[in-house]
Amino acid sequence: MCVFLPRFFEPSRSMIFRHIKRLSFTALYLGASFFTFAQTEGHDSGAMDSHATQEIHATHEEHAFHNSEAEEHGSFVAGDFIIHHIADANEIHFFGDINVPLPMIFYVEGKGFDVFMSSEFKSEGHGHNAHAIKMATGPNTGTTYTKDPDTGISAQGGEVFWDISITKSVFGMFFILIMLIVVLRSMAKSYSKKPGTAPTGLANALEPLVLFVKDDIAVPIIGKGKADKFLPFLLTTFFFIVASNLLGLIPFIGGFNITGTIGVTIVLAFFVFVISTVSGNKNYWGHLFSPPGVPNAVKLIVVPIEIFGVFLKPAVLMIRLTANISAGHIIILSFVSLIFIFNQNFGAGGGIGIGVFSTLFMIFMNLLELLVAFLQAYVFTLLAAIYFADATQEAHH
Amino acid sequence: MGTLLTPAFGTVFWATLAFLATLFILKKFAWGPILEALKAREESIGNALLSAEKAREEMANLNSDNERLLQEARASRDEMLKESREMADKVVSDAKARAKTEASREVEIARVAIATERKAAIAELKAEVAKLSINIAEKLLRDELADSDKQKALVDKLISESTLN
Repeated sequence: MCVFLPRFFEPSRSMIFRHIKRLSFTALYLGASFFTFAQTEGHDSGAMDSHATQEIHATHEEHAFHNSEAEEHGSFVAGDFIIHHIADANEIHFFGDINVPLPMIFYVEGKGFDVFMSSEFKSEGHGHNAHAIKMATGPNTGTTYTKDPDTGISAQGGEVFWDISITKSVFGMFFILIMLIVVLRSMAKSYSKKPGTAPTGLANALEPLVLFVKDDIAVPIIGKGKADKFLPFLLTTFFFIVASNLLGLIPFIGGFNITGTIGVTIVLAFFVFVISTVSGNKNYWGHLFSPPGVPNAVKLIVVPIEIFGVFLKPAVLMIRLTANISAGHIIILSFVSLIFIFNQNFGAGGGIGIGVFSTLFMIFMNLLELLVAFLQAYVFTLLAAIYFADATQEAHH
Repeated sequence: MGTLLTPAFGTVFWATLAFLATLFILKKFAWGPILEALKAREESIGNALLSAEKAREEMANLNSDNERLLQEARASRDEMLKESREMADKVVSDAKARAKTEASREVEIARVAIATERKAAIAELKAEVAKLSINIAEKLLRDELADSDKQKALVDKLISESTLN
């Protein structure tokens, strides 16, 4: 990143220092979360084996065997439990056996679309088993789809197909975006109803956030005239990330992890990449391919790094957001897992004892996540704004 | 972990569509009006502040004008006072000078008159004395000078005795 630092520093020194402070806090927090996760993973080794080694080394059969064996013994696999809650799914799992099925949409090449609910997936063998292989037949094309909890969905007979199912994250994203449209539309209406007056109600509650993105992120970084062009994107991104992060913190509604789903964040990062590339001016491309004041020999090193950076910057945006939000969920789930692990290994007393400790920590983590929800939205929007500012900066030598 | 780190095609597909659609809808129906309203309000507040500033400036100008007028008035008053004082002084000194010359002239006239009067008085006195002397002399002479010799001797004596100035 140090290659980008000089340009990164340009907008306003004190402000950037403030950002750096916040960023370093995030880094610290991220480090702490990984540390905690590693600790927890260490705890559940032994009877359950290490999850990570399992993932890498175990063949499919061994894995299935291990899982079914684990379940026969009724033992608790923290890694699977956590991944199950973090990963995207084809249904919304509330608790116990209560699931809301979501639509599966497949496009089989040369045959057409298959649309059916995820509840069509039935395991062939014995009853309910979260780890069993399930199958369903497409109503239109007659293709048999096999859903393996470890390898995903495949079509029998080697059919080439595209899976555009409405997964939990997609559903959550739709929900958030529709909510945003409804809420922000009514906010806009309240402005046109009483022009020129102080905002009330909803508009009053949301206006500080809009002004924050506008006056504290976009305008000081991109510049007064140029910021207007990028504001709709920055505002939409900010509000989408905040709302998604907050939705993920509400328990018992299926544990949405929208911004922790890489498929969602890659799209956001891709838009940042496209916008900064499309709006890049002569100065931007000049700095990229022929940095002024750099000797030709050094250019040979710098230019590839700069070009790599163009792709790296949005990639980092994507990873940062996904990792932060997932990490928060992982920590909370790890504390939940601790209760089951202690209950299993030390009896009910151990479970209750650690439950008190875990609950206190989960409350703390939830509060921290509340902060991170806003912080990550801020960081994403801020960095996107910095990249846009980079692309549209005028020469100043 | 693979499912966590590999973007699923369906998710990317829907996320792109949904995000783009939302972006355009929000841009047209939410951000546009909201940002416009905020801008309008900002501008109206800015204008209000600006006009307040202008009014304040005008007020200050007015005040300084007043101050200047007052200063001028005060200066002209001082000037007038000074002039009138000078004029009064001049009048007084003129009058004094005139009075002085007048007085000295009067004194001169008086002196001349006095001198004239005195001379006249002396002359009159002389005449009176002479008349008186003649009368006395006549009486004496009538009494004493029955004879003309004696008369003559007396006259001579008297004349020689009376020195006239």
